[in-house]
Amino acid sequence: MLATLFYIAALIALTSTMAALTRANAAHALIYLIVSLLAVAVMFFLMGAPFAAALEVVIYAGAIMVLFVFVIMMLNLGDTGEDREREWLAGRNWFVPGAMAALLLIEMLMVLGDSQGVTSGNAVSPKAVGIRLFGPYLLAVEIASMLLLSSLVGAYHLGRRFIVRRGEH
Amino acid sequence: MDGLMVPMEHVLVIAGLLFICGLFGLMLRRNIIFMLMSLEVMLNSAALAFIAAGAHWGQADGQIIFMLILTVAAAEVAVGLGLVLQIQRRFKTLDMDQAHRLRG
Amino acid sequence: MNTIALIPLFPLLSATLLIMSAGRMPRHIAATIGAGSVGLSAICVALLARDFLADGQVLELTLWTWMSVGDFAPRIAFYIDGLTIVMMSVITGVGFLIHLYSIEFMWEDESICRYFTYMNLFVAAMLLLVMADNLLLLYLGWEGVGVCSYLLVGFWYKDPANGAAARKAFIVTRIGDTAMALGLFLLLTELGTLDIQPMMIAANSQWQTGDALPVLATALLLGGAVGKSAQLPLHTWLPDAMAGPTPVSALIHAATMVTAGVYLIARTYGLFLLAPPTMEAVAWIGLATLLIAGFTALAQNDIKRILAYSTISQIGYMFLALGVGAFASGIFHLMTHAFFKALLFLAAGAVIHCLHHEHNIFRMGGLRTRLPIVFLSFFIGSAALAALPFTSGFYSKDAILLSAWALEDIGPWLWAGGLLGALLTSIYSFRLVFIVFFGEAKTEPDRQPGWKMAGPLLLLCLLSLVGGWFALPLAGVFPAAAEHTVNHAVEWISIGTPLLGLLLAYLMFLGGQLSVDKMVASSGARALRDFWFSGWRIDQLYDVLWVTPYKKISYWMRNEPVDAIYNSIVAANQWAHHRLLVLQNGELRWYATTMVVGLILLLAVMLRNAP
Repeated sequence: MLATLFYIAALIALTSTMAALTRANAAHALIYLIVSLLAVAVMFFLMGAPFAAALEVVIYAGAIMVLFVFVIMMLNLGDTGEDREREWLAGRNWFVPGAMAALLLIEMLMVLGDSQGVTSGNAVSPKAVGIRLFGPYLLAVEIASMLLLSSLVGAYHLGRRFIVRRGEH
Repeated sequence: MDGLMVPMEHVLVIAGLLFICGLFGLMLRRNIIFMLMSLEVMLNSAALAFIAAGAHWGQADGQIIFMLILTVAAAEVAVGLGLVLQIQRRFKTLDMDQAHRLRG
Repeated sequence: MNTIALIPLFPLLSATLLIMSAGRMPRHIAATIGAGSVGLSAICVALLARDFLADGQVLELTLWTWMSVGDFAPRIAFYIDGLTIVMMSVITGVGFLIHLYSIEFMWEDESICRYFTYMNLFVAAMLLLVMADNLLLLYLGWEGVGVCSYLLVGFWYKDPANGAAARKAFIVTRIGDTAMALGLFLLLTELGTLDIQPMMIAANSQWQTGDALPVLATALLLGGAVGKSAQLPLHTWLPDAMAGPTPVSALIHAATMVTAGVYLIARTYGLFLLAPPTMEAVAWIGLATLLIAGFTALAQNDIKRILAYSTISQIGYMFLALGVGAFASGIFHLMTHAFFKALLFLAAGAVIHCLHHEHNIFRMGGLRTRLPIVFLSFFIGSAALAALPFTSGFYSKDAILLSAWALEDIGPWLWAGGLLGALLTSIYSFRLVFIVFFGEAKTEPDRQPGWKMAGPLLLLCLLSLVGGWFALPLAGVFPAAAEHTVNHAVEWISIGTPLLGLLLAYLMFLGGQLSVDKMVASSGARALRDFWFSGWRIDQLYDVLWVTPYKKISYWMRNEPVDAIYNSIVAANQWAHHRLLVLQNGELRWYATTMVVGLILLLAVMLRNAP
């Protein structure tokens, strides 16, 4: 039964991703993307990685996607924006990306199709993850924090003038 | 709770399919917001592959890598959206085909 | 510090000081430093000579090792023997008198500082040349005097003609310098050293007389000597080099630089004795040059050009002496020539200076009464030049003619040619004296020479008269010349010929008994005079042979055909660049698509090669 659940979640992830990337309305696309992320979180949980699943929901869907939503609301694209998008999504524009993607898909299936093995049935608890983080991966944590600091400063600087002088635009 | 025993092949194929979707979206869309969303999809698919590998070996390393990918995605989105705001302000449009001043 | 090292050091320091002052030094200080440094060197040379004459000991001084490459380690080293002492005395002694004279001659010139810089640099380089222990240091001095000659001939650079004359001097001597460099390379590779004394010893042990290698090496050295000493075929630069100030002509083109070639051959006499064909060539070159230049001098109007051709002719005598093996006589004539030719040039400079820069002798006249000291100098100088009895020139030229006669086979021919040359010398030098100083004055002098000009003139007059009475300290330098029996008839003919020339010149130009106009009345005679006037058309010949083809080839190559090959590579590169530039259109989607295409291709290749 759990296996069925897994494949259903996979299906949902795939279809909602495709839907997300082919919408004209940005807000709709974002919602679809959130659904996809939640489906992937279910897959994580089923594979025995509860910590990762939690992170996916809380941070990825809960923070990053929300940031996207904020920006889209701020930009206020409106109906004109949606019409323009629909025009850009006309059929003839699908040809080259579609062909490239199809070719790449065939190659990837050829590469990945030979994979051996199964996932082990054991779950990896958050406690084990924590012990590894504070042990061998301590340096990686520090570096990640520095990365976040730099992106914080960068984002603050890049967005600053827009926010402060909104009247001037 | 214990996990499932899923063939690696299946999981990796799913991750590959997600990646192809993201790539397709990147090549198709002209709006910068949608391009950033496609990038997120691609990052997510890579994360899925890592979790699958971690589950295969039964180690926590997969989840740790996932966390680092998450960190990178967060940082990238923060800065990227700041840039999007600047683009909107300067070019008055989000069409990436209009932003071709670096043409050679 | 050792006296020897001080000698080239004084003028070198003075030149450096004057250069660094960038022309802002006050006139009298620059002149004092310029002339004083050479004077100090002259004093040092006198002290050195006194010591040398006392004990006859050869002095050597090594300053430092210049470079050390493999087995070759030339040093900055000086070698002082009798020959060097003679040369140094001439350079610093006559040089000091000329520097003193220059102070007055160049006093009104605005670039007097630059003048003394170049003159001192020249003296330093010339001293290095004659004091050098090895041929490489000699070559350094050689090149140095060439550069200074260029700088001084083109001193008044604002007139392009002077620049052209300076360039001509430099380029023509360069041809000789290149031959000399090749000769140095040959000597170094064959004998392993360029130190002169060891080299001559090694040559004598390694080579037989008449071998191909010494002949080739000495022929190349001869090429260098011919260029620097203005002998046939590289003599065309000297008459044009009269464009420089007259003291420059006196120092460089009469007393010192043009004698560098003679010095070179005398210094390396050991090599030349191993190559009889080259010695014969030296003698014939000397003879041909002295005759051609003698005829040319007969037809000139410019006072300095007459003296220039006279210099070429007299150096021909020195070459003749070296060619027949009379090295000591050649050096003796070098010294006496330095005295009377410097005297003549300085006197000519006084004439030019006092006649507000008139050069044409047919516009002068009657200066005997108006410039008496100058007349005396000119008369004594011309007498010495013509080798009238008991002047210094008489002793040296007679020695050369007697040595020429004594050689077997070609000796008498050389003697006869030298005799004809002596006749011509006498005729043209007294022609000059009679036309400029006698007759009616066509231009009046506007001033008299001061003590700084008159003093050197009088001193050189004295030297021209008594200079022949000294025996030069050359005993230990050259191999002893064979004692030849004196043929009295030959001697009397040699003594009498210059007097005959004086008589002919008197009849033609002063007394009027022989009319020159009647002689050049016929068109054939006129053509002959024009031929002689143009220097036997050698300049025109060179123009047709070398200059015009060179200019034509340069003109054809003006679009840089060799560069076109490299430019075509660049052009092809740029063409490809512009074709590929289409791919860089600045669109993000396009870049993503091309990345995916690359990825597809890469994976395809990997999958093909996968096991």
